[in-house]
Amino acid sequence: MQQTNDQIIQIRWHGRGGQGAITAAKVVAEAAFRSGYGGAVMAPTFGTERRGAPVTTSLKISRSKIYDLSPITTPDIVVVLDHMILHEVDVTSGLKPGGWIIMNSPRMVKDYSFPGYRTAVANATRLGVEAGLRKGVVNTGIIGALGRASGLIGIDILAETIAEEFSGRNPDANALAARLVYDATLMDDSTTGGPTDA
Amino acid sequence: MSKAIIESGNVAAAMAVQLARAEVIAAYPITPQTPVTEKLSELITAGRMDAEYVAVESEHSAMAVCIGAASAGVRAFTATSSNGLLYMSEQLHWAAGARLPIVMCVVNRGIGAPWSVWNDHQDAISQRDAGWIQIFAKDHQEIVDMTLKAFRLAELVHIPVMVNYDGYYLSHTYMPFEPPDAERVDAFLPAYQYKHALSPEHPESLNTVTLPDARLDVQGVKRGGYMDLRHNLHEEMGMAIEVWEEIDRDFQTHFGRGGAPVTDPYRCDDAEVVIVAMGSMANQFRVVVDRLRQDDGIRAGVLALQMYRPFPGAMLARALQSAKHVMVYEKGLSYGSQGALYGDIKSALYPYPSRPQLHNFIVGLGGREIPTESLYQTTKTSCAPDRILPPAQSDVPQWIGLQL
Amino acid sequence: MPDPRFKILTSASTSGPGDAGRTGSWRVERPVIDMSRCIPAKAGKHACHLCWLLCPDNVVSKDLEPEIDLEYCKGCGICAQECPVQAIAMVPDADFIEGAERE
Repeated sequence: MQQTNDQIIQIRWHGRGGQGAITAAKVVAEAAFRSGYGGAVMAPTFGTERRGAPVTTSLKISRSKIYDLSPITTPDIVVVLDHMILHEVDVTSGLKPGGWIIMNSPRMVKDYSFPGYRTAVANATRLGVEAGLRKGVVNTGIIGALGRASGLIGIDILAETIAEEFSGRNPDANALAARLVYDATLMDDSTTGGPTDA
Repeated sequence: MSKAIIESGNVAAAMAVQLARAEVIAAYPITPQTPVTEKLSELITAGRMDAEYVAVESEHSAMAVCIGAASAGVRAFTATSSNGLLYMSEQLHWAAGARLPIVMCVVNRGIGAPWSVWNDHQDAISQRDAGWIQIFAKDHQEIVDMTLKAFRLAELVHIPVMVNYDGYYLSHTYMPFEPPDAERVDAFLPAYQYKHALSPEHPESLNTVTLPDARLDVQGVKRGGYMDLRHNLHEEMGMAIEVWEEIDRDFQTHFGRGGAPVTDPYRCDDAEVVIVAMGSMANQFRVVVDRLRQDDGIRAGVLALQMYRPFPGAMLARALQSAKHVMVYEKGLSYGSQGALYGDIKSALYPYPSRPQLHNFIVGLGGREIPTESLYQTTKTSCAPDRILPPAQSDVPQWIGLQL
Repeated sequence: MPDPRFKILTSASTSGPGDAGRTGSWRVERPVIDMSRCIPAKAGKHACHLCWLLCPDNVVSKDLEPEIDLEYCKGCGICAQECPVQAIAMVPDADFIEGAERE
């Protein structure tokens, strides 16, 4: 009889309404499924969403089918699409010790201090423009940072899934944004935290 | 062979309706059902579905259009949620009494007042006595498979079918599922034919005032009065359980999925503690059951009830009577009494000599979070050997997760 | 197609006199046709027949001289109301009972 206690990797996405966090999480779910994760469940914040307001999206991935659809409370990874959200929301809430905080920010990774956690930073806003996207489109770029820091899914599958999801909507530039961010992501996996200035 | 895709539950439902070749869609948008109707209207506009989309001004009209379409021998579909379902209530009873094979997805949501857009089962529970068949899906694959099977069931037994799935937990959540192959669906689900279909060649008056007594019609044939027709609905609703099982067996030969159409037991064979739940929560309990067995040595199992009306009372009584504890967790109740499902299960067990200790829990109303940890703790605490409550107390539903 | 094990009883009726019993006894007034004004009777060919078409109980014949089946006519008066040449009068039924008190 199949058991349900296979390890589930929980990823919480922080963005703003309209910023595309749901689409990004869906792309990662799809890519995870293609890479052999039989369980991939993506759930947006239940209820209403307002453009510009902070929103979260939950993504669970596992080697086998996921039966528990309850919202994520103890994520392994949080992905932050807009560093300004740090002033409004405690993105580390429930984050497991040693968990990743993956951020789109113009600052350097050394500018952040999250003791007990690992940090990855990339300027997905600037790299998105370099890839040929309209300014402010960051949801595909940040997927590259997630791929780099977590090592869960290869960048080729991620880029390929992005191109398919955005078929007819600038697929190549969106895929390129993820690749550029993947290469540019800076990581601090010391969990000790550097000088603080969030 | 079809390949699995990742999509939302609402899109899964719309894909099933497209595969079923529904010919008339009449629906009014309401959260969290809206994306189903959006997807269907998109498919029709794009020419990917040969159906008439009738935009209506209310849910009452949506069901009225479906009644008209089904009376004309056309396969009809609608979907709604919450207060929308209640707004069509009068027409729901009509569709059942008229024996029209309509299929409707109900994306379960709490009922106002006060307004809630979030999930519970009170909408479906409030309509359980309307004469509709009510089935509950646990995941996206079941939404697709059940919707296809629902059309076949409805058209075989001429009773409308409500396919229920949880608002947000399933409707707006993305997960993998396999859309069935269109040609195989055509083989599984033949076109709808109705012998009473409205036709200018054979004029008939349908469902006019029907007298209390049986009567001889113009051909001198004895025709039932109101009570006779309603008795027939009740009898044949009961017989629908068997037909549903037959359909499931045939579905398995076509698609290789199925096997638990009425109840879906998980680790129940040797279980002393059996949890009963409907919808996605029953899947959540699989995790709880594994933990109770592994960490606490409690022989627990969960029985998902897939078909709520007709109620498979005898089947449930057989499955539950050897357990020590039966714990009914539900998201809807009969106010001033108990959980609706709990009352049904208690009544099903009454004729049997061995009756387990019954527990009733009300959870998740209006989207109140249902932490897996709290399901685990409640179940574990309630079956502790030193926790024996007097009958008057044990028969009262416990509300889990109250914050006031 | 429906499962043959199921009877699927519905309330369906075909139009015709007698579907609700011998309803002639419900009547207070009966329609009486003046054939000198009735269009098909006067013209000697099939025309009009609105009384036949609109009778809710199908008790008017489609003859050149229409006949009304009083065994089933409820006396609703729709034929008299709809006749385009006012050829149908509603007459108290009591007038036809011998020895009955006249109004």
